Amino acid sequence: MTALLAHLSGRVDAGAKLLVPYVMTGLPDRVSFPAAFAAVAEHADVVELGLAYSDPLMDGPVIAAAGERALREGVGPRHALDLARELPAGVPRVVMTYYNPIHKMGEAEFCRVAADAGVCGLIVPDIPIEESGGLRSSAAEHGLAWIPLVAPTSSRKRVESIAATATGFVYAVSTLGVTGTRRSLSERAFAVVSACREATDLPICVGIGVSDAVQAVQAAEHADGVVVGSAVVAALLETGAQGASAFLAELRSALDRMSV
Amino acid sequence: MTEMAKVPDGFGRFGEFGGKYVPEALMGALDELERGWEAAVADRAFSEELTRLRREVVGRPTPLYEAKRFSELAGCRVLLKREDLAHTGAHKINNTVGQVLLAKRMGKQRIIAETGAGQHGVATATAAAYFGLPCVVYMGAVDVSRQNLNVIRMQMLGAEVHAVESGSATLKDAINEALRDWVTNVEDTHYVIGSVVGPHPYPELVGALQSVIGDEARAECLELTGALPDEVVACVGGGSNAIGLFRSFYRDQDVVLTGVEAAGEGLDKRHGASISRGEPGVLHGARSLLLQDDQGLIAEAHSISAGLDYPGVGPEHAWLATSGRARYVAIDDHQAIRGFKALAQSEGILCALETAHAIAYVLDTDVSGTVLLGLSGRGDKDVATIAEVLSR
Ligand SMILES: Cc1ncc(COP(=O)(O)O)c(C=O)c1O
Repeated sequence: MTALLAHLSGRVDAGAKLLVPYVMTGLPDRVSFPAAFAAVAEHADVVELGLAYSDPLMDGPVIAAAGERALREGVGPRHALDLARELPAGVPRVVMTYYNPIHKMGEAEFCRVAADAGVCGLIVPDIPIEESGGLRSSAAEHGLAWIPLVAPTSSRKRVESIAATATGFVYAVSTLGVTGTRRSLSERAFAVVSACREATDLPICVGIGVSDAVQAVQAAEHADGVVVGSAVVAALLETGAQGASAFLAELRSALDRMSV
Repeated sequence: MTEMAKVPDGFGRFGEFGGKYVPEALMGALDELERGWEAAVADRAFSEELTRLRREVVGRPTPLYEAKRFSELAGCRVLLKREDLAHTGAHKINNTVGQVLLAKRMGKQRIIAETGAGQHGVATATAAAYFGLPCVVYMGAVDVSRQNLNVIRMQMLGAEVHAVESGSATLKDAINEALRDWVTNVEDTHYVIGSVVGPHPYPELVGALQSVIGDEARAECLELTGALPDEVVACVGGGSNAIGLFRSFYRDQDVVLTGVEAAGEGLDKRHGASISRGEPGVLHGARSLLLQDDQGLIAEAHSISAGLDYPGVGPEHAWLATSGRARYVAIDDHQAIRGFKALAQSEGILCALETAHAIAYVLDTDVSGTVLLGLSGRGDKDVATIAEVLSR
């Protein structure tokens, strides 16, 4: 069992709902990034460290713009791993990155560098299970948990095969589309979660489009937790570390109320 | 070449290139497209309808044209396959009528496309209008301004044109935006990709639809000259007109296949030569050769021609290049303009700036024997760009 899975299972068994916020590594800028991370991590079970990429085709305007800004700050994928290394230990962190930077560095080398930087899991939104075999073996070798995505369009058979590769949690994509805030939670989220639930006992977190405390509670009703991306990035860039912390505190207490 | 027959494999691999590097959300749609295409190919009614569309809508077969005065300038016998005379003025329509016919057969309600030069956008808008389907075209903001004539054409054809401001605001960013749309609307929308790029089955599907160019040209060349050409030449952006021409000659080992990439401002500056100067990487759903930096960020390409301004190339070309079956050269912006003028003044043909790269290669290189050159499109769309460059 990966360290990440042990940690998450412990939390789930204790009745907690998981809160997994996303930050764009290197924002608001290189210097204030550690403080931003700390503000977000304070309320989190796991933090997703996003690596900026030139062609983020799964990202909507908020995260795409954040990525462009990080690249202008000079924080590309390699620099992001350097910044990750300097973060204090504590709340587990996983990397969310597009595949080409991994391909360029070499799958084994990427996993080695990430693990060395204190990262404990990997989310790669632009490769399906058929293309991820080599990367999954490298991840396993370096103790990185694999966190695969299940989509609303995944067939039952695919959900089974995908869930079988998970060694951290299963990322249930709530809706068809790219990252970004939504006015309401997609009705399809429940179907995706129940398909995942049939296929695995691992924790299931709902992501893409989860935008506020009400939606987080709805999403976590049938799942084990939520991933919150664009809303956190927007809060961080518009209201600073304190604003992001306040936003997540609200989500945290809403989720914590579910467990009593 | 027996190994040629085996590619691509069931997962769209041309040797080490190709594949399906896409978000999970698209896997079902790609599978559906692959099965839809297989079923269509096996259905006589579909092939008959495609043949009719090629004749009546596209205007095929296109002529093979002996460029006598240009041949004198080039020092070899040049035969032009006139895709500029196809409806809408480029080879792109071969692909779009086939894909939209397929989409209709598969029950799709909406068509989307990306476009660089605007030729693929116009060809898609045309096919969508013919079949009565709504159409959205994504186009980089830079290309919207340098190919404005085509923007107006698309709008007149009823398509919605979205200018894409992100990244380099050119073809690669337009593809990103089209993929974002497709991820969101995958259940009722068909994405008509414009070249032999993207995840499997697109490179195979687009290549098959464009093969009509080479199949016709091979027969026309035999009829005209009694022999096969010594060399087949085509410009390479994503690579669809080149694959369309090359595939029919794979087995003819003596025929040299030459792809012409954009050297832009020069190979040591900004360019679009993903084969000559690229390295393996994953972009837009496939593993191929591409331009990237040392962190795996995709580089911005540059070419005076919007259709060659792309940092990647179709996986079949990457495979042809590494296996040695085809060779690739690069021609810069200035050479392309000289080629454009030379063809215009020797033959009375204004070719597309993309095509002008292939023309310039034949003009500037010591090529001998009979050359079959893919005249991929006409140049009306480019006259403003050329006027601007010449006035500098
Ligand atoms: C006339 C013409 N030729 C060539 C190209 C390049 O595309 P491909 O390499 O797919 O043929 C384009 C693309 O827009 C084009 O318009």
